[in-house]
Amino acid sequence: MSKERKTGAEIIWKCLEREGVKHVFGYPGGAILPAYDALQHSSIHHVLVRHEQGATHMADGYARASGGVGVAIATSGPGATNMVTGIATAMMDSSPIVCITGQVGSKLIGSDAFQETDITGITLPITKHNYLVTRADEVARTIREAFYIAKSGRPGPVLIDVTKDAQQSSCEFDWEAAAPQLPGYRPDLSPKPDEYEQAMELIHQAKRPVILAGHGILVSGAGGELLQFAERAQVPVALTLLGLGAFPASHQLNLGMMGMHGEAWVNTMIQEADLLIALGMRFDDRVTGNLKTYARHAKKIHVEIDPAEINKNVRVDVALVGDLRAVLQELLDELEPCQHREWLDYLRKLKGDSAVRDIQNLPDSGHLYAAHVINDLWRTTEGKALVVTDVGQHQMWEAQYYHHETPRSLITSGGLGTMGFALPAAIGAKVARPDADVWVVVGDGGFQMTMAELATMVQEKVKVNIAIINNGYLGMVRQWQEFFYDRNYESTPLLNPDFVKLAEAFGIRSTAVKQRSEVVPAIEAARQHQGPVLIDFQVEQEDSVYPMVAAGADLHQMIRRPGVLVETAADE
Amino acid sequence: MLNTFVVYVEDKPGVLARVASLFRRRAFNIDSLTVGRTEKAGVSRMTIVVDTDETGARRLEAHLYKLINVLLVENVTAEAAVYRELAMIRVTASASQRSHIMDLVDVFRAKVVDVSPESMMIEITGTEDKIEGLLQVLQGYGVLEMVRTGRVAMRRGGKAANGASAGADAADAAPASGTISYSV
Repeated sequence: MSKERKTGAEIIWKCLEREGVKHVFGYPGGAILPAYDALQHSSIHHVLVRHEQGATHMADGYARASGGVGVAIATSGPGATNMVTGIATAMMDSSPIVCITGQVGSKLIGSDAFQETDITGITLPITKHNYLVTRADEVARTIREAFYIAKSGRPGPVLIDVTKDAQQSSCEFDWEAAAPQLPGYRPDLSPKPDEYEQAMELIHQAKRPVILAGHGILVSGAGGELLQFAERAQVPVALTLLGLGAFPASHQLNLGMMGMHGEAWVNTMIQEADLLIALGMRFDDRVTGNLKTYARHAKKIHVEIDPAEINKNVRVDVALVGDLRAVLQELLDELEPCQHREWLDYLRKLKGDSAVRDIQNLPDSGHLYAAHVINDLWRTTEGKALVVTDVGQHQMWEAQYYHHETPRSLITSGGLGTMGFALPAAIGAKVARPDADVWVVVGDGGFQMTMAELATMVQEKVKVNIAIINNGYLGMVRQWQEFFYDRNYESTPLLNPDFVKLAEAFGIRSTAVKQRSEVVPAIEAARQHQGPVLIDFQVEQEDSVYPMVAAGADLHQMIRRPGVLVETAADE
Repeated sequence: MLNTFVVYVEDKPGVLARVASLFRRRAFNIDSLTVGRTEKAGVSRMTIVVDTDETGARRLEAHLYKLINVLLVENVTAEAAVYRELAMIRVTASASQRSHIMDLVDVFRAKVVDVSPESMMIEITGTEDKIEGLLQVLQGYGVLEMVRTGRVAMRRGGKAANGASAGADAADAAPASGTISYSV
């Protein structure tokens, strides 16, 4: 009754439609041409990218902005290998994307045919799962399984490699009969009752507790539960980079970002805590520093959906393996109201003598400071923009000076640290959320890695504003050279193009900003303009991100900004 | 410390590569790995021996479960289990040495499976220790060639021995879903 005869190519689109896909990001080529030919009969909108890496980042940005699954499409060989960086980025940040690649005909596999590459072999360690499909009648089940795997449990990328003959040949298409068959897949773990009891005991006994909230809060949709938990237990909340937005920045219990470039008070509180409640985070080396001296006096509770993360970096006392939202709801049922007045007073005292927040006190070099640009962007957009950052100094300044109030208001490449991520990811985010005020915050180095996607942006009429934090250096690398390599600025100075002229060549309005007074007017003008706007913020060249915990150093051993006196509290 | 895992997997192309890739990716060194069919169609069984500590073994188990095609993982290291390995050894044997070698073979309850004018082929099944023992006494004659299967393991007693099917268990993956304790 629901059976129809269709080609593998047609089934691909039918299945994507059934999975609720509205947009895909891709680039055609020989081995995927049958699928592209069949696209004419589909309601799905295809965004033509300029490089397949862009397609994967767009799918990633789309997924992170929407909470759904992003889809990227490419041909075999170089089309598929160009996706590798984007797939690895999605894997490290647990982002649900499905990548569909064309493959040479099944009879040619293994013969080193033109544009043949073993993409399932290549992506084995950087996908949650992958498939090689050689027959049309395998297409439907594979796509259904791929979507289910990508978005359930700990999300991640799934790649489907479809041979050309599997796209061309026909079979009966029956959606209902193609339900996933995954006997070994178990995304639905939950803790035992006695583990809840142990956790509750630690929580009720704690005098100096800190919550460490990560990306899992956003993935699980547990922001509301986190807020309730923190308020009832009166526990301050530190966030990972990917967790920013999981807890309102303006909340009095908010500590801000932890780790390598976390504020001094955040890392100090963690080091002096007697209980860490880790929620959907994985104790990355960038947040722990030296593991031997990390939070030595603290008992640790780890709520995490991925069992392989338990005791990986930090040994914990209680592990609650399961969906964060469900676990928090269980904990909330038993949670008694707590008070930690001394501990929270201590926090207020620490905040008072912080250096880095006081950006009014930056030395007057006659130049613009990146921190000012970010802070002005925050004020001008009233903290309501969807900011997509790249990787490097600007990323850390954004994390410090743009105060995120809501989940999914920051998209950034955390785990892999992929330069070139921001522009394509922002395009994907804007396609997913057309009403959002999307801003790209990107360095001059990272921007040049994927700037070809400006053409995609224009062709697709995507209104995204771009703030290049242009310091003429690969800034974060330069900072490491300054701190750890005797200021030997080897291969970090950049001779840049004229970004304004470059943008204009793409048909994008653009302006350069060199003075603090020009920042807010430029941002306001960009927001009012209908099309995309690129602003080249030419900032102080040799500024550094403070504080900084050197890689592998103790978390409380922070490098502070030299020569700046600090008296004021948070800059609000 | 050597840990022995019994791993049930879906019998699909590429599954062995996924398992092997996992060990490489997570920097665990495989001591031995055997794979073969089980009593249930579509389910293969691996015995994997790996040198790691208790934390490493727990992480490995969790990582194995993350592979979509893995049905069931049992770390049998601390359990009562029967371990076996099979080896075939070709040893130099002149006509005059044959009877000496056959005596040794008897002591180890091994078998001679081929004889040529200059050599003999011996088959032995047992624990690694037993095979090492035979190998040692044969060294003096000159070992020309050896092949070993690596360890296979099966738990003593338990459900499978009472007639239920371990492979079917694995296919249902019942022991693995639901509540799992990861606290230490």
